[in-house]
Amino acid sequence: MRSRAMSDVQLTTKDVAELSRLLTAGDVSAVDVTRAHLDRIAAEDGGLGSYLHVDPDAALASAAAVDQARSAGAELGPLAGVPVALKDLVVTEGVPTTSGSKILEGWRPPYSATIASRLADAGTVLLGKTNMDEFAMGSSTENSAYQVTRNPWDPSRIPGGSSGGSSAAVAGHLAPWAIGTDTGGSIRQPAAVTGLVGHKPTYGAVSRYGLIAFSSSLDQAGPMARTVLDAALMHEVIAGYDPRDSTSIDAPVAPLAAVARTGAEGDLRGVKVGVVRELGGEGHTDGYEPGVLARTREAIERLAALGADVVEVSCPSFDLALPAYYLIAPSEASSNLARYEGMRFGLRVGDDGSHDLDEVMALTREQGFGPEVKRRIILGTYALSSGYYEAYYGQAQKVRTLITRDFTAAFDGVDVLVSPTTPSVAFPLGARVDDPLAMYAADLCTLPASLAGLPAISVPSGLSDGLPVGLQIMAPALADDRCYRVAAALEAVQDAARGHRLLDELPSAAGVRA
Amino acid sequence: MTTTTGDRLVEFDDVVARYEPVIGLETHVELGTASKMFCGCPTTFGAEPNTQTCPVCLGMPGSLPVANAAAIEATIRIGLALGCRIASWCRFARKNYFYPDIPKGFQTSQYDEPLCTAGHLDVEVDGETYRVEIERVHLEEDTGKNLHVGGATGRIHGADHSLVDFNRAGIPLVEIVTRPVPGVGARAPEVARAYVAELRDIVQALGVSDVRMEQGSLRCDVNTSLAPVGSLEWGTRTETKNVNSLRSVERAVRFEMRRQAAVLDDGGRVLQETRHFHEETGSTSPGRSKEEATDYRYFPEPDLVPIAPDAEWVEKLRVDLPELPAARRARLQQEWGLPATEMTWLVNAGALGLVEETVAAGASPAEARKWWLGELARRANDAGVDLTGLAVTPAQVAELTRLVAEGTINDKLARQALDGVLAGEGGPAQVVEARGLAVMGESDELVAAVDAAIAGAPDVVAKVQAGKVQALGALVGAVMKTTRGKADAATVKRMLEERIVVS
Repeated sequence: MRSRAMSDVQLTTKDVAELSRLLTAGDVSAVDVTRAHLDRIAAEDGGLGSYLHVDPDAALASAAAVDQARSAGAELGPLAGVPVALKDLVVTEGVPTTSGSKILEGWRPPYSATIASRLADAGTVLLGKTNMDEFAMGSSTENSAYQVTRNPWDPSRIPGGSSGGSSAAVAGHLAPWAIGTDTGGSIRQPAAVTGLVGHKPTYGAVSRYGLIAFSSSLDQAGPMARTVLDAALMHEVIAGYDPRDSTSIDAPVAPLAAVARTGAEGDLRGVKVGVVRELGGEGHTDGYEPGVLARTREAIERLAALGADVVEVSCPSFDLALPAYYLIAPSEASSNLARYEGMRFGLRVGDDGSHDLDEVMALTREQGFGPEVKRRIILGTYALSSGYYEAYYGQAQKVRTLITRDFTAAFDGVDVLVSPTTPSVAFPLGARVDDPLAMYAADLCTLPASLAGLPAISVPSGLSDGLPVGLQIMAPALADDRCYRVAAALEAVQDAARGHRLLDELPSAAGVRA
Repeated sequence: MTTTTGDRLVEFDDVVARYEPVIGLETHVELGTASKMFCGCPTTFGAEPNTQTCPVCLGMPGSLPVANAAAIEATIRIGLALGCRIASWCRFARKNYFYPDIPKGFQTSQYDEPLCTAGHLDVEVDGETYRVEIERVHLEEDTGKNLHVGGATGRIHGADHSLVDFNRAGIPLVEIVTRPVPGVGARAPEVARAYVAELRDIVQALGVSDVRMEQGSLRCDVNTSLAPVGSLEWGTRTETKNVNSLRSVERAVRFEMRRQAAVLDDGGRVLQETRHFHEETGSTSPGRSKEEATDYRYFPEPDLVPIAPDAEWVEKLRVDLPELPAARRARLQQEWGLPATEMTWLVNAGALGLVEETVAAGASPAEARKWWLGELARRANDAGVDLTGLAVTPAQVAELTRLVAEGTINDKLARQALDGVLAGEGGPAQVVEARGLAVMGESDELVAAVDAAIAGAPDVVAKVQAGKVQALGALVGAVMKTTRGKADAATVKRMLEERIVVS
């Protein structure tokens, strides 16, 4: 029933929909697919730096279990045997989970995140945990306490962040797909700069139980994949009500894979697309690279050519998104990160009998947290302080309301809103590490949807100077299906126009192309 | 650490002659829900340390809280019983501070949006009613428990190391905060005590907590301030933490009033501070000073959706409230025809429910009251237990009163029958039967005892026959002794008279 006709290299180039067909048909085994990816990780990840933790034996064992179940005639789901990578803030029982921080080094959680369990229940095989900016704070993955991750399109450049390990792994064919999380853009921006599809679901659509919190009112997990269909397939697995998450929405999950397949047929007649002026539109182009704006314009023209009705809309409050976000997220983070004091798990520093309790806590946090994390804890602590609360946190919450109102008004007239995902292509490693504000600007376009809790997808719109550009498609709450529909249409028409997928142009993919 | 028994104290009468106290109380009630506030862990008291924990109540990274609906309902019912306004929409808030017994680095509580506000509780002291205004009733989670090992005081300073038990972490805690209570004068200590007692009874009547102060399921912080009589401004208050019995509440207020008066008399300034209460001495000593006061950086808890109780549901909870203690006392007092002071005794002795059940089982209110406040109170006191801790049921007490009323036993035999019941020998009738306690009729045995008494004391017989009738008592006593109290004294007296006086 198994065939070794397909080489490891071929297996790592398959997208998930195809792997699913091959596995279900018995043309390949889960062990084959898993081993192919493990081999590639072993060969390539020394240079790429996408994974923090890989356990080949555990991965092969769970792949073998899938194969055994399948050969015993068990009814398995379509994704059984498909390997997956998880961002290292997804809590996995018994598997090291660090959130990219020294303060959690060596922690083996006693439980699993809901989404980790759902992926496991679907029969997917955990390849490993991917690198990230410490506690998801960053846009380049350079804030990881452990290692640098490189962009497969150009190893001298960043893979985006904070889900940069996931983006690099998937773009570099070290995983067919991966979980990312997005607080202010951490799925969409790394997806955009590595030529992937990344979707941030509606806030509450995917359980946060077991995701190490950065900013509770903003965090959402979502898929990072090489195709819109694959992203939809993963979304269907992880989404849905979870009684363990109070903010989880009890609503049915739309048949997103079906929506993506239909969307790929390319008919957008009747779909109203709003182009957000404040995100790279006329009079708002400062900081946007011309190549990014050009690809965005072309993508919008393609949508129009597919029948979409394109109009420009204005959302004036979006200009305030960046300052509001950098008050709300650090405020919540300053509280969420208070539990890391060395008492119950992870790092403990100074417990040698010469320091009292307060000193041990302070030393642990001093040595366990990196500079960006400390910066945000200080910022958030200040913003929540008595006497400043109203002026900062309170004011930022009001801006959040204004942004939500702008969206509501815009969606009165259009079905989706579009913008570039990021103002620039992947920047060189080290270029912005000493300039936090420049680093924060990478999130300019993704922050509004985060603050309003709305779904938003990033889909490739082409290359600029050989580097990927992403188009962001935003939709009203719980209308995630619209993101997938429009993204699938754009993806299909672009692939057809260039005659191959964008990722096939990946320079480092030369060796992996089928 | 030293207690402040060295503090100069002013005589209480002198304090209230010159100063006016203002008191305030913050009471924490641990709810008796089956599971914790934000996770499914059990809440059983006294389990092995750290056996009732999970990733949520240990604050493990990634874990999330889900609010316990039963705890929200219980809090609303407490609010309703206190006449509070119930918020139609409110949120939890995070109270941020570092301490090893709070696993998340913050306590999930409520801040500026409490579930219940603006209620009141009327309490009675010496026949006078005092209204205590309730500022707020809110819901939060309890902390873990620290055990500081080594060092003299059990406090963290001087300890060798500390252990934390997280079994208590996350148990739902309702905080009931009064507004400042002025105008109670010399009654301040008693009003404070009466308030806590009444609150405890209300919570108990609602069935939402076992309110056992000795186990910490009801804990009190007592605020006290003094100002010179006639002053327009209140004085600086101190907050005495963790006062854990009714008696201690009263003592804490009394001590603080006397201590503060001495400070003020000396021209000093009362410091706004937290103080510890010392059970052994009845005194307070300074705790954390406000210099170390934390900015708690409260903000709405983003991990929990707001609470929005449906108005109709709240109304149903209000209608379904059980009879509350004040209403019940009024009803029983009327039904039993008791004076107010006797009702107060019953309540203070914790005997109200027992008497009510005893009456329900057939005893007369007067007999039931007599037993519980008399013989049974003595027994409980001797055994060092509450009345409810005695191994006798109200139904058994009622049976004792019935046996006496029927003449099967007399009071003395009834006490012996009670001995048997308490010793686990069965119900009163069973004990009477087994121990042969029934009153003797005019049996041969009794006749023999009477004759023997007469024969054994010719001098007494002579006195009686000479007209000193009261000497008969000695003979009655002798018969009672021979019969080990089982004879009926009146019968014995009549039999003796028949034999001595009439002959």
